[in-house]
Amino acid sequence: MPAPIRLRELIRTIRTARTQAEEREMIQKECAAIRSSFREEDNTYRCRNVAKLLYMHMLGYPAHFGQLECLKLIASQKFTDKRIGYLGAMLLLDERQDVHLLMTNCIKNDLNHSTQYVQGLALCTLGCMGSSEMCRDLAGEVEKLLKTSNSYLRKKAALCAVHVIRKVPELMEMFLPATKNLLNEKNHGVLHTSVVLLTEMCERSPDMLAHFRKNEKLVPQLVRILKNLIMSGYSPEHDVSGISDPFLQVRILRLLRILGRNDDDSSEAMNDILAQVATNTETSKNVGNAILYETVLTIMDIKSESGLRVLAINILGRFLLNNDKNIRRAMELSFALVNGNNVRGMMKELLYFLDSCEPEFKADCASGIFLASEKYAPSKRWHIDTIMRVLTMAGSYVRDDAVPSLIQLITNSVEMHTYTVQRLYKAILGDYSQQPLVQVASWCIGEYGDLLVSGQCEEEPPIQVTEDEVLDILESILISNMSASVTRGYTLTAIMKLSTRFTCNVNRVRKIVSVYSSSIDVELQQRAVEYNTLFKKYDHMRPALLERMPVMEKVTINGLTEIVQSNGETESAVLETKSPPSGLQPLSQANDLLDLLGGTDITPVIPTAPTSKPDSTGGELLDLLGDLNLTCSPVSAPVPQIAQPPFLLDGLPSQPLFSDIAAGIPSITAYNKNGLKIDFTFERSNTNPSVTVITIQASNSTELDMTDFVFQAAVPKTFQLQLLSPSSGVIPAFNSGTITQVIKVLNPQKQQLRMRIKLTYNHKGSAIQDLAEVSNFPPQSWQ
Amino acid sequence: MIKFFLMVNKQGQTRLSRYYEHVEIKKRTMLEAEVIKNCLSRSKDQCSFIEYKDFKLVYRQYAALFVVVGIDHTENEMAVYELIHNFVEVLDKYFSRVVS
Repeated sequence: MPAPIRLRELIRTIRTARTQAEEREMIQKECAAIRSSFREEDNTYRCRNVAKLLYMHMLGYPAHFGQLECLKLIASQKFTDKRIGYLGAMLLLDERQDVHLLMTNCIKNDLNHSTQYVQGLALCTLGCMGSSEMCRDLAGEVEKLLKTSNSYLRKKAALCAVHVIRKVPELMEMFLPATKNLLNEKNHGVLHTSVVLLTEMCERSPDMLAHFRKNEKLVPQLVRILKNLIMSGYSPEHDVSGISDPFLQVRILRLLRILGRNDDDSSEAMNDILAQVATNTETSKNVGNAILYETVLTIMDIKSESGLRVLAINILGRFLLNNDKNIRRAMELSFALVNGNNVRGMMKELLYFLDSCEPEFKADCASGIFLASEKYAPSKRWHIDTIMRVLTMAGSYVRDDAVPSLIQLITNSVEMHTYTVQRLYKAILGDYSQQPLVQVASWCIGEYGDLLVSGQCEEEPPIQVTEDEVLDILESILISNMSASVTRGYTLTAIMKLSTRFTCNVNRVRKIVSVYSSSIDVELQQRAVEYNTLFKKYDHMRPALLERMPVMEKVTINGLTEIVQSNGETESAVLETKSPPSGLQPLSQANDLLDLLGGTDITPVIPTAPTSKPDSTGGELLDLLGDLNLTCSPVSAPVPQIAQPPFLLDGLPSQPLFSDIAAGIPSITAYNKNGLKIDFTFERSNTNPSVTVITIQASNSTELDMTDFVFQAAVPKTFQLQLLSPSSGVIPAFNSGTITQVIKVLNPQKQQLRMRIKLTYNHKGSAIQDLAEVSNFPPQSWQ
Repeated sequence: MIKFFLMVNKQGQTRLSRYYEHVEIKKRTMLEAEVIKNCLSRSKDQCSFIEYKDFKLVYRQYAALFVVVGIDHTENEMAVYELIHNFVEVLDKYFSRVVS
């Protein structure tokens, strides 16, 4: 049989293969040759064959028939054989094969071999794939080698010990005496592996940890080593880009972190060295940054003094400004690190970063800042200041739902109103292109306009503003091309509110409002018309209607609460903030501020749901005014109606009206054909996030009633459906009434909601049946 | 802890692989293919650290060769990044003129 080809030839041959099939063919041929060679028990070429086998295994082909051969190689006396044999053992064998136990004896012998390289091989292999039985048997040998003076062996023994401890934790104590002297070595290899061993011990057993802290004086030793590393001059052996053995430094820092966690004495001992590392390390290369990263983690984790923490924050700040993309991850880290103590310092750095970073990070950074400042704000003024800074710096990147939470926050800090509105006013004076900023500002001006013009402010020097100036700026926002539709809505409402707050400009407000009653934008038009009506017919109610909003209870950005508060006043202005349950993303919540009124002479209150704008449900002030004539007014937006006309009240109405309008989840029109329209409104259960409650409302815009109306629905198999009984079977004509029915959907797998509906009814004397598929469910209803 | 160390070229062929934990052979090829897919789809200004399943990938590109190291959360990513570079430098010194 000709000599088998060498490994290099094999590699070259395989590389020439152009397709996967070709490669497979070559490999199979070679495998067959190797197999026959093994059968011949050929000693001379066994090593070569196994090497080729290992290569093929690495490429992904099965090579289990080589396992026994590996064992034979290990048993051989030649070093080259042993080498390949052990390598093969590490790659091909593991605890699951029974064959590996046969190795135990070989390894034992080799651990006591005269040549250190053989001993090293054995240690490596044991440390790589030793099973628990093997480890138990051989632990004694390993421990002996750990005490030897040969540094080559010592370092390998230390790593092997790590593996033994991982497999058989009970043996940890056995290695304890050997560790005493480990750190006295000069050899970095030994130092490094010893630190790994100590780290492993400390992580696994709190007793060990305590022991090391007290008895061994470990911390001073580590500090000494670290100091030497930093102070020593250039050492060519260990130099990486100008820093002496950064890998060892990083390991030591991590061990220090474990030792110093929750322990004052240790933390104190390492304060100095941490400061030294932090200041002396160069940050021009990534190597330095790696060390600093570890340092910062350590400082934050141990009980460090505040000066040190400030240093860490500064380092983070420097990281954030660094353009290197890898460093940006520090941003996530820094958000995690913010706590009550360091929030001011951190916030400064983060704001700096917000200013200078690229747009893709700004949204995340802004949200992060909001979250952090909400949790840890030391004072209301600081909080408001921070928010305003964010708005001015990155206003256009702030998420839409941040606006309502900001507004709610502002209403809460009653004493800051004047200050807030002043600052906001100044902010938008120059520039009103940033939508969230403008939205918040116009809302505030609308609410607190009187405070603004009063010229009194405690927190900072008051500005003198006249009512005209305020109206000027609000008008220019309305007119400006840069303002989004939502912003215009805010502004229009704000102007309206000012009609009661300001004393001399009511006519101007009226004029502005009536201009928009023929606006193309449906939302604006609707509002303008309603306000106009308010001026015309219900002027006496206007002051009460547009009263100051009451303070809302605090709803955190993650909040779950359903809050209803009502004013004790005559016309109850009821605020309802209904937030979706925690099944949704924390930041995609919407707080709705609804002004609900039950009027004296006003019959059915028709809620105006922004069905046409599902993404702007956040923070809109929906003023509901009742007016039966609304159907004839030039409003073209479809208006879903409440089932029964509620509350005809004379005298003081005190019953609030609730509708499940856009309670965080926008409603959809599921079906709209032949005059029959069906709307779905959603609610999520607070207690069970897989349940979605859908309320359907069916309305009929033709001139004849629809009778015997039956609604049926079917959902995919992963869902469960429960249909409750409808309010009635007749949908009256001319949209004068609706049928309501409740559907409960159980969606345990949180899959996309889809539904098939079947409608049967009698209309104009004939029976009509229709099937439709509803797939435009908003994500918040099923996620 | 380092879970694996891979050298894969742009076409997806594995040049070197070393696993420090037992992974079945079929899963290895799948893993390598997925990993290289993740790395190839990154642009130049994206970070070299990817979160992949329950561990992190640290990768570095040298011409047509990707060196990818899978680590768990106890490792310092930047240190591993440097380690990769160190390794390549050592190979270069030892074998002189390394090409993929």
